[in-house]
Amino acid sequence: MAQSLVKKIGVSLEINGEQRQVEIRPADTLLYVLRNYLGLTGAKPGCLNGDCGACSVIVNEKVYKSCIMLAVEAVESKVTSIEGLSDSPIQKAFVEHFAFQCGYCTPGFIMNTHAMLLHEPHPTYETIKEWLSSNICRCTSYQEIEDAVFSVIGRDK
Amino acid sequence: MLAANIEYYKPATIQAALEQFYLLKNKRKRPIYYGGGTEVLTLGRLNLIETDAVIDLKGIRECQSFEFDQEYLITGAALPLTYIEEKNLFPLLTSSSMGIADHTARNKITIGGNICGQIFYREAVLPFLICESKAVIAGENGIQIFALNEIFNETLQLEEGQFLLQLLTEKRYIHLPFVSIKKRQQWDTGYPLLTVAAVKVEDQIRFAFSGLCPFPFRSRKMEDELNNLQLPLKERISRALLQVPSPILDDIEGSKDYRLFVLRNTLNEIILDLEGK
Ligand SMILES: Cc1cc2nc3c(=O)[nH]c(=O)nc-3n(C[C@H](O)[C@H](O)[C@H](O)COP(=O)(O)OP(=O)(O)OC[C@H]3O[C@@H](n4cnc5c(N)ncnc54)[C@H](O)[C@@H]3O)c2cc1C
Ligand code: FES
Ligand code: FES
Repeated sequence: MAQSLVKKIGVSLEINGEQRQVEIRPADTLLYVLRNYLGLTGAKPGCLNGDCGACSVIVNEKVYKSCIMLAVEAVESKVTSIEGLSDSPIQKAFVEHFAFQCGYCTPGFIMNTHAMLLHEPHPTYETIKEWLSSNICRCTSYQEIEDAVFSVIGRDK
Repeated sequence: MLAANIEYYKPATIQAALEQFYLLKNKRKRPIYYGGGTEVLTLGRLNLIETDAVIDLKGIRECQSFEFDQEYLITGAALPLTYIEEKNLFPLLTSSSMGIADHTARNKITIGGNICGQIFYREAVLPFLICESKAVIAGENGIQIFALNEIFNETLQLEEGQFLLQLLTEKRYIHLPFVSIKKRQQWDTGYPLLTVAAVKVEDQIRFAFSGLCPFPFRSRKMEDELNNLQLPLKERISRALLQVPSPILDDIEGSKDYRLFVLRNTLNEIILDLEGK
């Protein structure tokens, strides 16, 4: 049966292991709902156009840019935002390798690399390059970000 | 973000999707189909898409199939590009798909959304054009199957209410020698300066292009020239270049002359590769 969602509707979203009840409009992006209705401001608005990756979150173990996803698409899924990771090896590695300057892009890079390691614990250099090219760092910390990823997989380039 | 009062529907069957479309139409709404939604959301934010209801096709089982039957590889229109790459049932399609956007965006972009999108690159259509695939279209008249090369003319020629359900590719095309090349002016991701997909079928090479004109295409006239073994390679390519449809893009990604220069070199590279095999 078709499901109709008009104007503001109440939905239940599972975010960082918690069920959250929220009133959304079907037109709201997941990024907007996380930040404006749920107070989870870790996912950052950058380009809002799918280009920069600052808004990346994990939905059912896959990484998505939350500015190009409707919140209603995440109903019945498990959403993880940067607030849901604590002390993950990749977070520690970012700190240890100074893999950021202003830090605006960092949550997006961490969500992406965390998803990569869930998907592929021993990625090749090509895989790392391919996944990392989804995110833009305007402070150009790319070298340090790569170093952080390699330290987690315990290998040199 | 889309207009505030948009309606969202996620039907579970083909019939329910079509009924929803016509129901909304009868209510004077402007429904559109929704695959990954990346174009609907990005163009919607710029007010370049007019809609007040989206019908998400991802709940329809047939749109999610990716498998072989007796004769064909069936590719569901709502499959995300990364799923196609991970399964890797059709190596040419995997290769073309991996050149589109970036890895995270491809978790969301669907094959049907790419082929039916307004953004004119539509690179995912290239493998299907050169492998003579068939398009399975759902609409008021039920499910119809068309030769893609007939129904894809710059864009997929859908009538109001129709949607792309699946693509069918004969098994014999799946493991033929191929080349898929994407040339960008800069960066490792992003829109192409030129994308070419080529496949060798018996002793003929078929070619399809994106980024050269404001639409993707396969040209028999170009193929005839490029496969004319009576002439030296340089001459074959020069004659093929005269058959490129117009207009040739001349924009910030690259001038018309630069695109033709890149095309000449890329064709040379592909032919040497495939004729050598
Ligand atoms: C960051 C980024 C980078 C990109 N880079 C590239 C690139 O390098 N090369 C390239 O070719 N494209 C690129 N694109 C464009 C993208 O592939 C297209 O915009 C594509 O339409 C998105 O697919 P989707 O599934 O999200 O489409 P949607 O937004 O769901 O739909 C797009 C259009 O197609 C219609 N539609 C969707 N599915 C169907 C269907 N099954 N039947 C009928 N109509 C349908 C919708 O009504 C809508 O009009 C990029 C997009 C982004 C966001
Ligand atoms: S804000 Fe989502 S990709 Fe840039
Ligand atoms: S650290 Fe500033 S944008 Fe990446």
